[in-house]
Amino acid sequence: MSNIRLIPRLDIKGPNLVKGIHLEGLRVMGDPQEFAVGYYEDGADELIYMDIVASLYGRNNLTDIVKRTVQNVFIPLTVGGGIRSTHDVEQILRSGADKVAINTAAINNPDLIHQVSQRFGSQCMVLSIEAKQQSPGQWEAYTDNGRERTGKDVLEWAREGVELGAGEILLTSIDREGTRKGFDIELVKAVSESVPVPVIASGGMGQSQDMVDVVQSGKADAVAMADVLHYRRMKIQDIRQAALDSHLHVRKP
Amino acid sequence: MMSKVTVIDYGSSNLLNVVRALEHCGAEVLLADQPKAIIEADRLILPGVGAFADGMASLKNKELIEPLKSFCQKGNPFLGICLGMQMMLDASDEFGHHQGLGLISGKVVPIPSQGINGEPHKIPHIGWNELQRPRPRENWDGTLFAGLNTGDPMYFVHSFMAVPEDDSRRLADCEYNGRTICAALQYQNMTGCQFHPEKSGKLGLSIIYNFLQLK
Repeated sequence: MSNIRLIPRLDIKGPNLVKGIHLEGLRVMGDPQEFAVGYYEDGADELIYMDIVASLYGRNNLTDIVKRTVQNVFIPLTVGGGIRSTHDVEQILRSGADKVAINTAAINNPDLIHQVSQRFGSQCMVLSIEAKQQSPGQWEAYTDNGRERTGKDVLEWAREGVELGAGEILLTSIDREGTRKGFDIELVKAVSESVPVPVIASGGMGQSQDMVDVVQSGKADAVAMADVLHYRRMKIQDIRQAALDSHLHVRKP
Repeated sequence: MMSKVTVIDYGSSNLLNVVRALEHCGAEVLLADQPKAIIEADRLILPGVGAFADGMASLKNKELIEPLKSFCQKGNPFLGICLGMQMMLDASDEFGHHQGLGLISGKVVPIPSQGINGEPHKIPHIGWNELQRPRPRENWDGTLFAGLNTGDPMYFVHSFMAVPEDDSRRLADCEYNGRTICAALQYQNMTGCQFHPEKSGKLGLSIIYNFLQLK
């Protein structure tokens, strides 16, 4: 079994690490670089940087932050937000990212998934899906941090994305994001069972048990966590220990 | 004195990450895309991510295949990372049949799509997996893995795996749902890592540090 990955997710606006609820109502937390290095030292398995306003303004400003971060962080880094072309992907990878997460541009032009995976390998093409429940067992994909509907069914979109070459899915529940009420386990399970590639569950982590539940019941391959770490209510070491106590396969400290 | 290391620049997107890790370990890094610079290198690293055929085609277009082989025959330290490791073998079955560098006998095949229990598992194999020491290897002394222990985790991202003809070339393995995957190869002066030492935290950096101490 491959180890379940524990992944701090850093939402970034301008130069700052921010945190909101349902991807809205942002609060500034500090310098992402400081948080990232701290998480690396604490044993994070990977990191995710997400420029959460980039696609709104049609820009990409993360390259400088990424360049600084990778000087001192030697674990995989996924970067998303405002990536619209293979040129953007190249810039981000050249800055030091290992993978890119793409949502809005992939919805607008699904062939971008194919182009990125062909040119850079599917291992670096992470399809980011923002999911909002419509009815029991049914979720719709959104863009622009849960503001815009796409009309696409999440499960169908996930399958289509993988067929086009996505090597991983970052699955964010808009309903749970920032609520600390636990992951949308039904959603994660439905997607994880629909695709052959790893699924990163994101949105809703409030306590260690949430992580255990989304792995055991939701079949998540990786767990993204944000405010539980950013507010220092828990350390990665505590979460890792909780995983080990529940006999989950995680990287040994 | 700073160790000099040459990294082959043939368009691999993880090039700069490898360079940063080397510099972090105190190396003086030279990038090379010319035959002469490769033949004359002190130590050589072949990084790589992506598809096997594309990687070999890039090396061929830049006329670097023969220089690379000549370098390895000199006996100086050589390290292949991820696709760079896979290309050390004779051939790959990734999207057709493609010839490799032939530095180590064997081939590259897809990771079995099912675990040993017959249940499908996730491909690519992404994440941290523990190093195991293949029998009859008793220790990793004198290799790049000196100082590491069985069970130390490294970061893997791949869909294909190396199968050396001679099992004694296996420096390390890992296990994925009961399937044995070659994690590292070693033969004479040449080492290959399927995982990414430059992305495997401090334990990964220790491999790079060891590489810089080799002479």
